Amino acid sequence: MDGFKFNRDRFAAIITLLPSIILLAIFVYGFIFRTAYSSMTDWQGIAANQELNFIGLENYKQLFTGLLEIRFRQSLVNTFFFTLFFITGCISLGLLFAVLLDQNIRFEGFFRLIFLYPMSLSFIVSGTVWRWLFNPSGGINRLPALVNLEALDIRWLTDRTQVWQFTWLQLPAILGYALIIVMVILALRYRREGSMWKAWLVAGIGIATLVWLLTGGAEKIQLLSYPEKHGFNLAMVGIIIAATWQMAGYMMAMYLAGIRGIPDELREAARVDGASELQIYRQIILPMLQPITLSAMIVLGHISLKIFDLIFVMTGPDNSATDVPGTLMFVTSFRGNEFAKGAAIATVMLVMVALVIVPYLVNTLRSEQEL
Amino acid sequence: MSRKKIVNRFLTYLLLLFFMAIFLVPAYMVVITSFKTPAQIDLATAWELPNPWNFQSFVTAWDAFAPFLLNSINLVLPATLLSSLLGSLNGYVLSKWKFKGSNVLFQLMLFGMFIPYQSILIPLFQFLNQIGLYGNIPGLIVVHVVYGLPITTLIFRNYYAEVPTEMIEAGSIDGAGFFGVYRHIVFPISLPGFVVVIIWQFTQIWNEFLFAVTLTSGTGNEPITVAISNLAGGEAVNWNLPMAGSIMAALPTLLVYLFLGRYFIRGLLAGSVKG
Repeated sequence: MDGFKFNRDRFAAIITLLPSIILLAIFVYGFIFRTAYSSMTDWQGIAANQELNFIGLENYKQLFTGLLEIRFRQSLVNTFFFTLFFITGCISLGLLFAVLLDQNIRFEGFFRLIFLYPMSLSFIVSGTVWRWLFNPSGGINRLPALVNLEALDIRWLTDRTQVWQFTWLQLPAILGYALIIVMVILALRYRREGSMWKAWLVAGIGIATLVWLLTGGAEKIQLLSYPEKHGFNLAMVGIIIAATWQMAGYMMAMYLAGIRGIPDELREAARVDGASELQIYRQIILPMLQPITLSAMIVLGHISLKIFDLIFVMTGPDNSATDVPGTLMFVTSFRGNEFAKGAAIATVMLVMVALVIVPYLVNTLRSEQEL
Repeated sequence: MSRKKIVNRFLTYLLLLFFMAIFLVPAYMVVITSFKTPAQIDLATAWELPNPWNFQSFVTAWDAFAPFLLNSINLVLPATLLSSLLGSLNGYVLSKWKFKGSNVLFQLMLFGMFIPYQSILIPLFQFLNQIGLYGNIPGLIVVHVVYGLPITTLIFRNYYAEVPTEMIEAGSIDGAGFFGVYRHIVFPISLPGFVVVIIWQFTQIWNEFLFAVTLTSGTGNEPITVAISNLAGGEAVNWNLPMAGSIMAALPTLLVYLFLGRYFIRGLLAGSVKG
């Protein structure tokens, strides 16, 4: 009898969960599959009952090596620089705020409130306001004039200058060197942790890549027939500032929660041992915050890979200087009706995000099972 | 206090005040601009206080934005309540009625909250079109409920994990089944969890833009975020109007943050610190 009741309840539990499972199976996994399939067809235009032809990876080939798709390639470069500066900015400001607020500050709650309020706003609202602040002849540029200095002349969102240029042909070599740096860091870490065979494995990959680069392997990959220039578009600077303003408080909240989680006895013990406040931070608190930095980088990283709203409202979705895959996918699909190409861009976005998120999810699952 | 300590203290407050000023600049700008008339808005005097203060922008903005604010309310309330309720039930199952493979299933559900929504947008658009939910608020409600499931389930699962299993077992011994335990034991102690989840979903859905602009543009059913972006997107705008509209669009989530900030932050941290 008991077993029967047990089974009935278990059945009820699964039935309760089932609608959500089915919905997510369709809306997440089913739709991802359809997008991936569409990206391998020649789907264009909005005519009903079109005959779609399967063309394999042709759309992807076009995106990465086709002569016409320079905007997509620059959107990847824009995302790279955006991610780099956005994450660096949020982490350094967030850490600074958290450490400052940890000094027994009066009105700490009030300061916290101020640093975190942008998080409660939509990117649409903050983007609208920042667009006004970045007006070329008003806003930020006029701040120096308030103290009788000369007004700035920065064309924040309309600047067409590109710095740190490289050509798309150099990409394989750049990626190769980046891989080597990552492998060296990993090898040193594994060696410190004592897992020697892992250290040798990653070191081997690094050495093999270096040999490949030195023997001219990278030059043999001709991505394009001419040296197409890419670089950091200065029009992105204003967007990076706005995004950092919005999300730095989030990092502060994460770090503050982390710092408050460190037992006071630990600090007291260090003080008794004669450590200065600076040493306590450098040698005790910062190392303990490392896991927070890692998960923050993952959260901020996936936000920045998906960024859409802020750019849409600050510079417009169809603005080549500030293209990111998110806006380009929207314009390609819903303004240009090139659904196959839009689906291919979306799939590239998904792969980028998955590369960041999946190891993280698998890792948390594993650590949970160990508990 | 030593002299060095006093200097340090002074520098700490100075830095805090400096950054506070920077963080408040956009708020200052939006407020002063929205209280000016178009004629008063001059790039040279953009930083000066309105003289005189003028409420006309808010009257005009209210006329322009009221229907879209209403759209947002009609969207946010049902979507928030539904996704919270489903999240609570899911969290209950996944924390107290674990079955073989339930952890993997949960992880697969979680993935749905990280995906770039562009990667499901085209099929979603087609699907809603086919079932007659494109361009209207019920369609957006469905979308937000479905894609809200991962985060609401996550928060409730972690919340219920703290509930002692003995309480559930005690309920079972008293003869309560799956739903009985939920109704009489779990649900009554869920209020703090619901506050966190409702605040989180409310903020997210109110502020959301990608689904809104793709699925409702040009239909008259746009939420407030789309209406604001339409106004601010045009060139040569009278900046007092988007600013006043921005205040109206920001006020609901800002008030929630100011009065229930504690719970807001809990939702924020729940999204990143996985359990």
